[in-house]
Amino acid sequence: MELKNKTALEIGQMIKNKEVSSVEVTKEMLSNIKSRDEKVNAFVTVFEEEAVKQAEEVQAKIDSGELTSPLAGVPMGIKDNICTKDRLTTCGSKMLYNFKPPYNATVTDKLEEAGAVVLGKLNMDEFAMGGSTETSYFGATGNPWDTERVPGGSSGGSAAAVAAQEVTYALGSDTGGSIRQPCSFCGVSGIKPTYGAVSRYGLVAFASSLDQIGPVGRDIKDCAEVLSVISGHDPKDSTSVKRPVFDFSSCFNTDLKGMKIGIPTNYFGEGLDEDVKKPVLEAAETLKKLGAEIEEFEMNIVDYAIPTYYVLACAEASSNLSRYDGIKYGYRNRDCEDLMEVYLTSRSEGFGMEVKRRIMLGSFVLSSGYYDAYYNKSLKVRGLIKKSFDEAFEKYDMILSPVAPTTAYKIGENSSDPLKMYLGDIYTVSVNLAGIPAVSVPCGFGANGMPVGMQLIGNAFDEPKLVRAAYAFQKETDFHTKKPEMVEVKGGNN
Amino acid sequence: MNYQMVVGLEVHVELSTKSKIFCSCTTEFGGEPNTHVCPVCSGMPGVLPVLNKKVVDYAIRAGIATNCEITRYNKFDRKNYFYPDLPKAYQVSQLYLPICRNGKVEIEVNGEKKYIGIHEIHMEEDAGKLVHDPWDDCTLVDYNRCGVPLLEIVSEPDFRSADEVIAYLTKLRETMMYLGVSDCKMQEGSMRADVNISVMPMGSTKFGTRTEMKNMNSFKAIYKAINYEAQRQIEILEAGGAVTQETRRWDDNKDASFAMRSKENAQDYRYFPEPDLLPIEISDEWIQQAKDNMPELPEAKRARYMSEFGLSEYDASVITAERQIAYIFEDATAICGKPKEVCNYVMGELMRLMSETGTLAEELEMDPKKIAEIIELVADGKINRTAAKEVFEAVFKENVEPEKYIEEHDLAMVDNSDEVEAIVTKVIADNPKSIEDLKAGKAKARGFLVGQTMKALKGKANPQTVNKVLDEKLSEIL
Repeated sequence: MELKNKTALEIGQMIKNKEVSSVEVTKEMLSNIKSRDEKVNAFVTVFEEEAVKQAEEVQAKIDSGELTSPLAGVPMGIKDNICTKDRLTTCGSKMLYNFKPPYNATVTDKLEEAGAVVLGKLNMDEFAMGGSTETSYFGATGNPWDTERVPGGSSGGSAAAVAAQEVTYALGSDTGGSIRQPCSFCGVSGIKPTYGAVSRYGLVAFASSLDQIGPVGRDIKDCAEVLSVISGHDPKDSTSVKRPVFDFSSCFNTDLKGMKIGIPTNYFGEGLDEDVKKPVLEAAETLKKLGAEIEEFEMNIVDYAIPTYYVLACAEASSNLSRYDGIKYGYRNRDCEDLMEVYLTSRSEGFGMEVKRRIMLGSFVLSSGYYDAYYNKSLKVRGLIKKSFDEAFEKYDMILSPVAPTTAYKIGENSSDPLKMYLGDIYTVSVNLAGIPAVSVPCGFGANGMPVGMQLIGNAFDEPKLVRAAYAFQKETDFHTKKPEMVEVKGGNN
Repeated sequence: MNYQMVVGLEVHVELSTKSKIFCSCTTEFGGEPNTHVCPVCSGMPGVLPVLNKKVVDYAIRAGIATNCEITRYNKFDRKNYFYPDLPKAYQVSQLYLPICRNGKVEIEVNGEKKYIGIHEIHMEEDAGKLVHDPWDDCTLVDYNRCGVPLLEIVSEPDFRSADEVIAYLTKLRETMMYLGVSDCKMQEGSMRADVNISVMPMGSTKFGTRTEMKNMNSFKAIYKAINYEAQRQIEILEAGGAVTQETRRWDDNKDASFAMRSKENAQDYRYFPEPDLLPIEISDEWIQQAKDNMPELPEAKRARYMSEFGLSEYDASVITAERQIAYIFEDATAICGKPKEVCNYVMGELMRLMSETGTLAEELEMDPKKIAEIIELVADGKINRTAAKEVFEAVFKENVEPEKYIEEHDLAMVDNSDEVEAIVTKVIADNPKSIEDLKAGKAKARGFLVGQTMKALKGKANPQTVNKVLDEKLSEIL
């Protein structure tokens, strides 16, 4: 059995062809987790026994013809802020270290109905706040390409697990770049869907108006398949849009003739590493070769994206995270004299530094006397950012940009400098502010050997266009097929 | 110096929708603690609210009935504060764009009519309840009430006396009950008021510093608390002091209010738009639909009862005070066509029985058809009024079938002259003293003989027949 070069869809096909069983693939992945995750730490929780049992059940349903989804029987992982019924969902926080929700997220339901085998829950920055997966209560995740480096974040566990082939694909969540940036750092593919395309029911909220769940996979085709399973209106989420699930079937051809791609020059100025700039501009050439028309343009408003994002995201977070008060579930300091002490000690001890920083920032911008100067003004800028994207999409089918200004940095290198961390989100946050979709796909490597991704940004619900361009690009290039050494040398295992 | 009190009210009305505002849990009152809850209303991580459209319907109805403008583009906001009865640590409410604005309600005190301005009505969710367990010395939380929909009706500071406040609350309660949007059960907390009160020198236009008393749920307590608080403030001012802006708690046992929280400790609720809910657009059709479905309100009913049925103003207002009673009156009248008779039975028998048995209007199960039937039976001479009362009571208490009950209890009116004559003859023979009295010119003795005859006939004789036969017999003797 040779699985290391296989995508999730190929493995799904092999299961269907009875070349391999779901249980065999599941056990294979569990053995990869066993041998690699000590170094990578992509998992917070591994559902070892449950996964094998689930694989057996799914296999029986495949055999009986009940399950026909292309992803039936394929093992995967879920970011630990997406609820899994009666199974730990910690959000990478001490606050929820013991929390088992009595319900599934809608995406969990949808994937399990399609025959997904859930291997476990993937590490993340605490409550998805961070860009390096270093703020997790359960320890930092290492980048499979160099475990002394960060995998990016906050969906660092999702990207690292896919890169280390501990899972075939994963779910992540993206509030300001949390799927795209780790995909760039770990050399895997990911989609941040249009706001409202995927139900948020059961996604533990960070910033409700920005959060979206999306897929992380070995290539864009896997991601597209997962997205078509999880997308669609959910009556349990009022912000999910009433439209049919995505159909990507017509996206898999290699001709990009007639496609117009804009390159915002503002995204390629100061602060962008040469290591990233070069492969992204080369990718532009590749897309041109495939028939796309490339044009540079200005998009100045994006300079305001970082402050706008941090004001709005933190404001919503400060409210969303208030429910963790030590009363109902999760961590509580039991040695308290009165109610105020329960609140103060439970929250002081249950939350990490970065989460507390953002709660304070968010509480400040919402407090009376500051609301207009910060929150309201940011809402207005958000409107302007949306407008400038609308204008861009009148001219272009999509926008090409870097995902992050750098490749993966060393663990600990930036963690004492929150501002520098926040600036790492400069190319990704405006997409969330505008509520539009973007994909991140590998497009090269830096001088340090670390992967580099590019970002393609589309208009609302233009995911099929983005998938089409990314698919053509991946047909033409082999960056996405490269594997970190730990996967290559472990050949005997596969 | 003379002072003028100024009062404004924030009235919370719990809506009588079947399910909660953002989930499908029941809104039923009571139940074992934490049995009417789900992940949404208990604030579990990752769950999302879905608005119950009925709440918007009810809010529109309430707005129309209080002459408000209906806000077409509505949003919800989050009001953030920590308390264990609020599981999300924010209450979903409406701050920036409340659903109803600029309304007014007419009240009448001592024959004088006056409008009270409605500043706004907004939709929000209720919180849970803390229960202190003295046995274990711990506090427990019951989330059953969490997410029950509320309307907060905010008046302008237009009240100048406690009587005006009570008149307004009575009118509001009546209106909400008629609209069917709330049962307004004060004792279950489904109607409660925050009272803002200040005083100023008579003739002044500048309001004084106000205090607030929250969550008051009896008219009596509100009345007492307002007068107490106005007097307390006046005494402070008279002594040269200044009123502190604060929240006070009314203690109904001590008949006094106590300071709870001053303005300095006031919470900053950090309101912002609720991102988990979409804005609600209210169309012309939606408003029209609400108007079409509006029931007749008590004022209109009163006027109609007077003009159409010839009831007195007093009778009309007693009958319409409770929606259930007005409906019983209307339905029974529609069947028998005798509004005054129905009115007499409702105001006499029904209300007497209700107060004797402590039955509330909303608990009434009196079938209007049976009331009409009793009235017809009396009119047709099948039973007399004494028997009718007995049947009415049996219907009220045991929901019996009138005709069957009359038969079983042998209550049918005796109109047979022979039978009456036999009894009258016997009564005269048994009471020679009365005959003596009559002969001596004591007319009262005749009434005694009638009473004895009726008694012997178990009260079911036709009084006219008894009188006629007795007169005949007496004329033979006297």
